[in-house]
Amino acid sequence: MGQEFNPKIITFACNWCSYAAADLAGVSRVQYPPSMKIIRVMCSGGINPNYILKAFERGADGVLVSG
Amino acid sequence: MSKETLAFYEEPRIGVFVCDCGSNIAGHLDCSQVAEYAETLPHVVYVKENLYTCSESGIVEIQKGIKDHNLNRVVVASCSPRTHHPLFSSSCAEAGLNPYLFEMVNIRDQCSWVHMGKRDNATHKAKELVRMGVAKSAGLEPQEEIESSLIRKILVIGGGVAGMSAAQALAGMNLEVILVEKSSQYGGLLRQVNTLDTGEDALESVQALAGEISTQEHIKGYLSSEVRDVSGYIGNYDVRINTPDGEVADKVGCIVVATGAVSLIPEGLFEYDGKQVVSMMELEQQLKHNDLSAKRVVFIQCAGARNEQREYCSRICCMMAVKNAMLIKEKYPLTDVQVLYRDMQMYGTHKEQMLWNARGMGVRFHVYDPADPPRVAGGNVSFYQSVTNEEVSLETDLTVLSTPLVPRSDAGTIANMLRVPTDQNGFFLEAHAKLRPLDFAADGIFVCGSGRYPATSVEAKTQGIGVASRVAAILFKDKLVKSAIVAKIHPESCVGCMACLSMCPYEAISYNPELRVCEINEILCKGCGNCAATCPSHSAELKGYKAEQLLAQIGAL
Repeated sequence: MGQEFNPKIITFACNWCSYAAADLAGVSRVQYPPSMKIIRVMCSGGINPNYILKAFERGADGVLVSG
Repeated sequence: MSKETLAFYEEPRIGVFVCDCGSNIAGHLDCSQVAEYAETLPHVVYVKENLYTCSESGIVEIQKGIKDHNLNRVVVASCSPRTHHPLFSSSCAEAGLNPYLFEMVNIRDQCSWVHMGKRDNATHKAKELVRMGVAKSAGLEPQEEIESSLIRKILVIGGGVAGMSAAQALAGMNLEVILVEKSSQYGGLLRQVNTLDTGEDALESVQALAGEISTQEHIKGYLSSEVRDVSGYIGNYDVRINTPDGEVADKVGCIVVATGAVSLIPEGLFEYDGKQVVSMMELEQQLKHNDLSAKRVVFIQCAGARNEQREYCSRICCMMAVKNAMLIKEKYPLTDVQVLYRDMQMYGTHKEQMLWNARGMGVRFHVYDPADPPRVAGGNVSFYQSVTNEEVSLETDLTVLSTPLVPRSDAGTIANMLRVPTDQNGFFLEAHAKLRPLDFAADGIFVCGSGRYPATSVEAKTQGIGVASRVAAILFKDKLVKSAIVAKIHPESCVGCMACLSMCPYEAISYNPELRVCEINEILCKGCGNCAATCPSHSAELKGYKAEQLLAQIGAL
């Protein structure tokens, strides 16, 4: 092993709560690894399971649905 | 939309604008590299880096780009779409581009600010985010905004100074107002207060306002009444009000919440007994009726506030204490007045000056330690004075507890009825403390006065007038224009399974038995897309967030 595992994480964040919280994290200068990327959706309930599969297909190590 | 217009959008010509945000973005990642990279992306025909894209010159750059380069998609990589999407999309519209062909990439709040000191990694991530945004934008489609009617009537809940000011200002603009007050008289909390900080008699000032309200032809007032039920949406609310003469039903376009707050009764605090130890509101009454007999008065600030149970500062109590201390000194110069405080919250130049004037009049101020609060026992207040490092004991005839304003007990019921949020203390929570302080997140509902947070009478009045202006900005439009980001169900593929019906939290979907399909009410639809995720035949889709658009964005990871 030896090499550090840097998981690629895709987050689907609800525009009205989690996405706003991620903005707040920015305003508060909370630091997190750059390997995490956020995709804005209008509601976590509107996430099609295909989106999650697509993210894995594109090489994500983890998918976070937050809302 | 004509076929020619649609054809224009088929072959994407994307313009990307990368914002430095001064040093907010450019200080933590390499914007020039991001801009260079954007030029290599498919369909991108124009890239521009701006110092501040949201500035006048930045907006002009976008509009010029649209015209000079015939752009049919615009991507701005800058801050959060939650704050700046409306500005950029409307700027695109001004330049003749359908606003729904605009896409935003967040490289500040969710990139430069959260990966400080990792310049290379942050630059790399910004490139990836831009790539994803560009991929999504290529699939965006122009949309027509949705229009609906407006009822030019407003329901104001609460007849205190905030609610009355809002009603008066709205009526002054010839808008019809329904003013509902729970108690039998207008005036709210100010009825319990002696004088305002301006020296004006509080009761006289609210009575004057109430007098104007009752003679104003555009205001229909309901005293001893409560709002029982609210349904509908911005521009078209159905309200039911319980009045002493039975239930009244009406339709309004907007709703103003001005339900105020109450002063905490300090039961169990500092030996409160209502006689030797009283609350600030009880002192106001004593001063009003000129029956203050005490020769030595001690105020204790932050009584029941800024503790574990109530973490907030009630903001107005320091000003009230200083106002009353000065009033006592004016009326009874020989009375000894001492104020025990944690921090004096005398905001603004006028109130700061009051504090100095009070000191000049001989009012004495002592700081106490919240970890070791003052002890009140038998005509004596003792506390540890950290400045001199000694225990101080003050003889007193009257101890006055400055208690905070707390939310009304029925604030939660009103919040549930209107589906608006309250904060951890139970005060109504505005949409944004700085950008939208008088709005709720829900469209068409507004808040003013102490129901939102403790306010002075002047602030409550100002907020009431401010709310009137927010409401008028909506109701003076010919019609309501709503975002086109709503769901759509394609009738040709919908099989009428009604799976979406139960998923819709806004009851915006109905079944059409004639056509045997489900249909969306676009006004009620809030654009969550739950129906789209549920639909087994993929007939439902959320405009602007269609599966192919999202999949393109994810595909560009």
